[in-house]
Amino acid sequence: MTSKQATARTVQKEESMLRQKAMIADNFTRLSRAKEEGRKVASTFVPGNLNELLMCFDFARNFPEINSLQLGMRKKTGRLIMEAERAGHSEDVCTYVKSDLGMMAQGNIGPTGEPLPKPDVLLLSYTGCFTFMKWFELVREQYGSETIMLHVPYQGDGVITENMRDYVVTQLKDEVIPALERISGVKFDIDRLREYMRESAKAEEDLVWVLQSAKNKPSPIDAYFGAVYYVGPIFSAFRGTPEATDYYRVLRGEIEERLRLGLGPITPEGEMGEERYRLVVEGPPNWTSFRDFWKMFYSEGAVVVASTYAKVGGVYDFGFRHDPDHPIESLAEYCLGCYTNLNLPTRADMLARYIEDYEADGLLINSIKSCNSFGAGQLLLLREVEGRTGKPGAFIETDLVDPRYFSAANVKNRLESYFQMIDQKKGRATATEGAAA
Amino acid sequence: MSTAEIVARCQALFDDLDFTSVRAWKDAEPGRKVIGYLPVYVPREIIHAAGMLPVGILGGGDQLEVIHGDAYYQSYICRIPRSTIELGVTGRLAALDGMLFPSICDVIRNLSGIWKLMFGDKYARYFDVPQNYEDEIGGKFYAHELGEFRRDLERLAGRAITDDDLRRSIEVYNENRRAVADLYDFRADEPWKAASSEVYLVLRAGMVLPVEEHTRLIRDYIEAARTEDRPLRDNCRVVVTGVFCEQPPLGLIKSIEMAGCYIVDDDFMLVTRWLLDDVPTEGDPLDNLARAFLHHSNETAAKYQPDAKRKGAYLVESVRRNRAEGVIFAAPSFCDPALLDRPMLQHALADHNIPYTAFKYAENSGQMQPIREQAGTFADSIKLWSA
Repeated sequence: MTSKQATARTVQKEESMLRQKAMIADNFTRLSRAKEEGRKVASTFVPGNLNELLMCFDFARNFPEINSLQLGMRKKTGRLIMEAERAGHSEDVCTYVKSDLGMMAQGNIGPTGEPLPKPDVLLLSYTGCFTFMKWFELVREQYGSETIMLHVPYQGDGVITENMRDYVVTQLKDEVIPALERISGVKFDIDRLREYMRESAKAEEDLVWVLQSAKNKPSPIDAYFGAVYYVGPIFSAFRGTPEATDYYRVLRGEIEERLRLGLGPITPEGEMGEERYRLVVEGPPNWTSFRDFWKMFYSEGAVVVASTYAKVGGVYDFGFRHDPDHPIESLAEYCLGCYTNLNLPTRADMLARYIEDYEADGLLINSIKSCNSFGAGQLLLLREVEGRTGKPGAFIETDLVDPRYFSAANVKNRLESYFQMIDQKKGRATATEGAAA
Repeated sequence: MSTAEIVARCQALFDDLDFTSVRAWKDAEPGRKVIGYLPVYVPREIIHAAGMLPVGILGGGDQLEVIHGDAYYQSYICRIPRSTIELGVTGRLAALDGMLFPSICDVIRNLSGIWKLMFGDKYARYFDVPQNYEDEIGGKFYAHELGEFRRDLERLAGRAITDDDLRRSIEVYNENRRAVADLYDFRADEPWKAASSEVYLVLRAGMVLPVEEHTRLIRDYIEAARTEDRPLRDNCRVVVTGVFCEQPPLGLIKSIEMAGCYIVDDDFMLVTRWLLDDVPTEGDPLDNLARAFLHHSNETAAKYQPDAKRKGAYLVESVRRNRAEGVIFAAPSFCDPALLDRPMLQHALADHNIPYTAFKYAENSGQMQPIREQAGTFADSIKLWSA
């Protein structure tokens, strides 16, 4: 038996995991067959995505960030990024973008090895990230696809004003919907939208329950590494589908069972041992060394009980749900409320609240080299949250999908120091000392 | 006044990181207020109409030692926010009663939140502008935002800002825009008479001086420069682009010139010429400002270009209009807008056989020799091969 086979055998899969994996894979297959099946294809971004609306027009949905992260997890992005840099893209800019452009330059073969189609429309929901605008201008240049801009104003003062909401609603009604009707040839049916949104709300309810289960001790989930899988369907092509509703019902059932049994999170190597550290994490994960990165946590008994990344495609844990009775307004509210569209004081409040509500030992920030939307201001966030909660914080630096910026030794050293700091704060022996004793 | 005297005055304002002239303006009359703003555009007319002084904050340049600011930013974030924080933390911006953070990129956007957390006693506003250019959609949103801004300033000023106040201020800024346009036309026509390092300083003075004084300063400079006898050099004519936010050191502009390039257009301090035509002084002043933004404003990377065919057209047009022979892309390190836009602009230039070169800088870049060599090689290649 090879070591690879041995590793594969030790990976634990629950039903929800298998479903999730199948759903994501199916979407890639659906995209690859879209043209032969006569389906139009829309590309759009995760934060502020209008999945329910796109389904009303029968579009197959392509999410460039998902493609990049999936390619990153399969360790394919290094060469794609270099391909884009060779074509003149700066080493300083977002590696999701460069991975996407590199993929296009090399034949647009997606993460699963299936070809991705040329999009018929780029729905540029400009929500919480400046780079999105340039990204689709760059893709538009390559494909010549029609681009629909939905400008979502930033919550500069930490509130959604009537003017902001009206602006988004008007764009949706007067520009986005008519353009989608024209491109798809499908007439807009608001009742169809309501139906999808009803499904969204059900899935959102279960997702929130799952994420909030981390308030228990031990936490039955990892709300960062594990949550990456949990949010996959709802942050992408499945929000609003019965498949997603089923997935979240099954997932909730599994977590309920774990809670009943007093189990901690499941990891790629099986059950996590004793829960020693409860962390809140800010920032996206690294994808190219995702498993190694996760292992640095669970091997030390560290579990993430809340993360902001699990809110990047929608902040649901403070009450927002897609509302079928006010579908367009609700879509606007959803876009405006995405995590990276929140101002820094709001983000600081949210992180401090997570520390308290989830009884965490501290805040860890994973700062992403090429993501200014998350990254700019994170050092102040760290200080703010430390100051408000009295809990220690730590700062590590990696990248999304550029393997050149993941230094395993550095990250591990920092994490180990951080865990020791938490131990000292708690006045207990470190994991290593404990083991020696 | 000679150009040397005018430029010396502008240089003194440029070198003064304590904003002494701004403090002096504020102290001259009780109750005066000052509003700072970052690149790339804010409607200074509304600040002026409130009787306040708008002050452009463009980072700390190459003379400011950044000690505190670096503690707020990772190494892979540009320099302007860290030097701006340094200016704030060291009390150099104490005269400001408020700060505006325009919608340009995620770094400046997030700096607005940092400002709220660090300087919570001062007014701070993220200034959003529409990326939708329809009057009834983006125009309506923007006019409403302008109205909110007006109310904010009324609260700060303790008095109403009337429509007539706004109309008068629009006219004052129309005059300034005309003067800036004349300055740029003059330089494009006779670049040997108006060195870009001088034009830059004259424009930069407008970041701290009252607008009326700045307009007079520009007029004085043009008049003085026109009459001065300066030798015409065998330089090539270039457009410099990408410099709309974090500023390069003055030495970099001089280096480009010394390398054999006349800069005939650029995107320095776009706030001075963001609106391309006079803003009407009849009718609703906020609607007029909104419409000017939607339909008669400059183009830069921070703005969405809805028409794919028009992407980069403004740069090609600038090259044609100013009879430039090439383009220099100068972008601050880690500047998302400039660096993400650059390949598309380069493709537009390539489609029109316009040569270009590209490099990066930081506001505190110290080594100019590589820039000089690159710009010099570019100039030589234009002279040799583009005839």
